[in-house]
Amino acid sequence: MITTIIYTILSLVVLGLLFSVVLYLVAQKFKVEEDPRIDVIESLLPGANCGGCGLAGCRAFAEDVVKSPSIGSFFCPVGGDAVMEKIAAALGREAVKTEPKVAVIKCHGTFDNRAKTNFFDGYASCKVMSLLYSGDTGCKYGCLGKGDCVDACKFDAIRIDERRGIVEVDEEKCVACGACIKACPKSIIELRPRGPKNRRVYVSCSSKDKGAIARKVCSVSCIGCGKCAKVCAFDAITIENNLAYIDSSKCKLCRKCYDECPTKAIWAVNFPIKVPITPKQEEPVIKTYNREEQI
Amino acid sequence: MKRTFSIGGVHPNESKLSRDAHIETFPVLDVAYISMAQHLGAPAEPVVQKGDKVKVGQVIGKPTGFISGYVHSSVSGTVTAVEPKGDLAGMPVMHVVIAVEGDQWCEEIDRSKDIVREIPFSAEEILEKIQNAGVVGLGGAAFPTHIKLNPPKDKKADCLIINGTECEPYITSDDRIMRERPEEIAIGAAIMMKALNVEKCYIGIEENKPEAIISMMKASSSHSGMKVVVLDKKYPQGGEKQLIDALLGRKVPSLALPIEVGAVVQNVGTSLAVYEAVQKNKPLIDNVITVTGSCVPHQRNLLVRVGTPFSKMLDAIGGLPKDAAKFISGGPMMGKAVANLEASTLKATSALLLLTEAETKRKEESHCIRCGKCIEACPMGLEPYLLNKLSRIGGMYDELEKEKVHDCIECGCCLYSCPAHIPLLDIIRVSKAEVMKIMRNRSVKQ
Repeated sequence: MITTIIYTILSLVVLGLLFSVVLYLVAQKFKVEEDPRIDVIESLLPGANCGGCGLAGCRAFAEDVVKSPSIGSFFCPVGGDAVMEKIAAALGREAVKTEPKVAVIKCHGTFDNRAKTNFFDGYASCKVMSLLYSGDTGCKYGCLGKGDCVDACKFDAIRIDERRGIVEVDEEKCVACGACIKACPKSIIELRPRGPKNRRVYVSCSSKDKGAIARKVCSVSCIGCGKCAKVCAFDAITIENNLAYIDSSKCKLCRKCYDECPTKAIWAVNFPIKVPITPKQEEPVIKTYNREEQI
Repeated sequence: MKRTFSIGGVHPNESKLSRDAHIETFPVLDVAYISMAQHLGAPAEPVVQKGDKVKVGQVIGKPTGFISGYVHSSVSGTVTAVEPKGDLAGMPVMHVVIAVEGDQWCEEIDRSKDIVREIPFSAEEILEKIQNAGVVGLGGAAFPTHIKLNPPKDKKADCLIINGTECEPYITSDDRIMRERPEEIAIGAAIMMKALNVEKCYIGIEENKPEAIISMMKASSSHSGMKVVVLDKKYPQGGEKQLIDALLGRKVPSLALPIEVGAVVQNVGTSLAVYEAVQKNKPLIDNVITVTGSCVPHQRNLLVRVGTPFSKMLDAIGGLPKDAAKFISGGPMMGKAVANLEASTLKATSALLLLTEAETKRKEESHCIRCGKCIEACPMGLEPYLLNKLSRIGGMYDELEKEKVHDCIECGCCLYSCPAHIPLLDIIRVSKAEVMKIMRNRSVKQ
């Protein structure tokens, strides 16, 4: 009885030792060399796996950064400059500063500004809708308001304003990963630099229609009149296909175009509210015959 | 048992309300808006300018590519503008706008009612005449007819199929022309047989059009090799691949054209247009359009000149009905909703259907229980529930291609049969477009 137990234990121990030796040899033979820095960098990344960097998740980003000789072409939009600096330090390389960006919706065709011409009854998706027709308003360039960008956003930074029928970006939450841009079939979302103190000026319209048509279908459309381009002292505004575009690298945020725009298609956000300058009151003419009134 | 295609299909309520309305000629209006995108493929290029005088039948647009076609003026008068205008989906398309003055036709067009039976032309002459007349497939896709009748040299057709099924509910324009102009259709078919050099021609007609079957049988009896086949009533029998299966029992492979199995399919409307083009020198400038719907007080089958705005066609039925909520160009299954009533009719417009809100309202979507009704209904043997699932995940294009999403003919049988009211077709159509784009890019690279 006891010998059976001893034999069993012994044979199992021998087998175990044998297998461990075989496994060790195999592991040595087929060893995959992996840079330990990949794990370090992956732990530094936010782990959102959003694909905003253009790569398939954070692990892929870490692998590519380690392999690449320079860090300049990589940017994690979620972590921003802080994370990129940490990564650069971990790799012993120079960090490259990038401008923080934010998604802006280049359309403000709310129900009030843009009248509905028909009613879409199909599946609530911008992609489905844009494949079938130009949209449920007269404007064929603007926001369809079905929220494909909302579904694409992993950071809960875009929402549909049901009351006004337009999408809005929450700039606090937006990390500029660009997922909404890929999702939008009308290409009305753009990544723009956040600007100093989050202040930025942009054209909130994508209509390439001629002025008369654009104005007819939407009261806040860019009509391509060119007044903004004329008033701009920095050559930051170009008009192409009846649509103005403000180059953020040239714009000095003077807001002359904002004041000039006849349709209020140009937006200036996060500026302190302008106090309307009242014209200076003229010096009252001194009337010698009525002195008491002046005093 | 009557013949029909082997897999899938549904039986929607046929609602052929306008089947007893004779074809009436719709008057020529004071302005015509003629689109340059009347056919599949590249839009035509306008060859007239503002201020030019044009006659009925004069060329106003010339083809710009291999798959393209001529566009003719349907009215006589002065060109007032050549500009982009919204089509029925609201998308800008180049239009020639003509202010109508009188009704002056080009001299070479034979306007008499006499039926010309002799076909003195050779195959090449026939093809040239068809091309110059701008004839396109009137079954819906508007594919230029002369290309279809001129298959590549290494492929040989052995029979011509004339599609008189009209499987879509409501539409009766093909039914009416088969009843009123059967001889012309038969001669048109004979012309196409000569162009293709084939001996056999089958005319497929569904059993719900007994008068059309009798008149076409009478008309075709004088032509050798032409035979009318009565088919069971089932949608989408008018699809090329389904009709070939129903009539010949041949299966067209995935991504192949019907010529692969030796068949060429043409619509009865196209046949009539071919007759007019070859025997009467008349280009395709008018077609029969059904104006129908349960809310329409007077059902109509109208012979309308190309370029008539939809809004003006409502005058024929006594103005806009009160409860009309949705306008569809074509039938309820495959037709396109008209978002812009100012859009004008095209060569291939077959019907203007008016639906009430109760008829068109979509029911609320619920969950897929995998009952398999969509698989049973799909005439292409696809699995719509799976395509829907894969599409909703996003990015699964390899899998979608494996499931042959590109074979979808967008007939809407899956959507019609789904008890959970899942918008299957809406979603599959987006993936189909995406996968087709990927496949095209790949073939360009190779």
